[in-house]
Amino acid sequence: MSMKLLNLLRRRTGSAPVARERLQILLAHERGLRSQPDLLGILREEILAVVSRHVVLDPEKVIVRMDRGDAVSTLEVDIEIPNGFEKRLKVAS
Amino acid sequence: MAKVLVVTSGKGGVGKTTSTAALGAALAQRGEKVVVVDFDVGLRNLDLIMGAERRVVFDLINVAQGVAKLSQALIRDKRLESLWLLPASQTRDKDALTDEGVRDIIADLRTKFDWIICDSPAGIERGATLAMRYADEAVVVTNPEVSSVRDADRIIGMLDSKTVKAEKGEQLKKHVLITRYDTSRAARGEMLNIDDILEILAVPLLGIIPESQDVLKASNVGSPVTLNNASSMPARAYIDAARRLSGETVDMVVPTEQRRGFMNRLLGRRAA
Ligand SMILES: Nc1ncnc2c1ncn2[C@@H]1O[C@H](COP(=O)(O)OP(=O)(O)O)[C@@H](O)[C@H]1O
Ligand SMILES: [Mg+2]
Repeated sequence: MSMKLLNLLRRRTGSAPVARERLQILLAHERGLRSQPDLLGILREEILAVVSRHVVLDPEKVIVRMDRGDAVSTLEVDIEIPNGFEKRLKVAS
Repeated sequence: MAKVLVVTSGKGGVGKTTSTAALGAALAQRGEKVVVVDFDVGLRNLDLIMGAERRVVFDLINVAQGVAKLSQALIRDKRLESLWLLPASQTRDKDALTDEGVRDIIADLRTKFDWIICDSPAGIERGATLAMRYADEAVVVTNPEVSSVRDADRIIGMLDSKTVKAEKGEQLKKHVLITRYDTSRAARGEMLNIDDILEILAVPLLGIIPESQDVLKASNVGSPVTLNNASSMPARAYIDAARRLSGETVDMVVPTEQRRGFMNRLLGRRAA
């Protein structure tokens, strides 16, 4: 039996069509992210550079996250600053 | 000219090591000089599947670090003259393998073999990128199941960007190998359809390997399934895949239910 024929017989049963739909949507999204050469990485580096000019930071504590919605996406930037940073701020400037 | 082939997947447990051994043995049986290279540092398994675990003296990392010569680490298969194994190390230090080390070993292997088949570790980290780094061709192994196909897609993206060939702007030839294809589940529509997988991944099909007890039996005795039982369904599917790798056109046989086995035999014969 040919592959096409077998697949035709199967097409309308089981959970496989749902799996296919979900994959297609997910991969379209993930491929989009991949094609932007690490946008989040670049944003993170540049944000870190700007803030570090004024405050002493632990680079590990800078978190940049992107959440994609249907209409808008949100960019979340979470920077943990150590207590007493103002002192260091004076030293730095 | 030597060909470097990486067998990769992203996801673990999909059948990379099984496929490396089976394809390597099938190519060697066709008279090609083949080395299968285990890149799964720390979790080596290819030696076991090839039945050579008690003959490992030196490994990939020993060669990369200059502790041993390549000729000292290569293990010749006891069944096939032209089949060799370069085992991975069991060291926990994965950073022991460097890009330069891999580059030099692959360059050396190219002068000695027709096929250099690299068994990639799972994941998308260093080990997997090193295994694919110098490849000319790739076999992307996937199971007909969503998470495996998603990881395959990710790996295809890496093959197109992180390999030397891709960086030079050259075309790295890719194939999809669908393994652990369960005929009864496929018949009930519980598994992703083969056409759908190919459409989603947009990479040509190398073969469909059925889920089979013969794979487990072969691994129990330490023999590639293509050698252990060459007439079994998975072995025949791997042998056909190896012929396609060598450039032959072979009809694609879709594994069907066991009780319809005679259909397969008919189709299989016509294809051969
Ligand atoms: N076609 C198959 N039929 C049945 N079992 C299989 C098949 N292919 C692989 N397996 C089993 O699946 C497990 C994982 O296979 P392996 O080749 O080690 O995967 P990977 O190298 O991708 O982690 C092993 O236990 C192996 O015997
Ligand atoms: Mg493996």
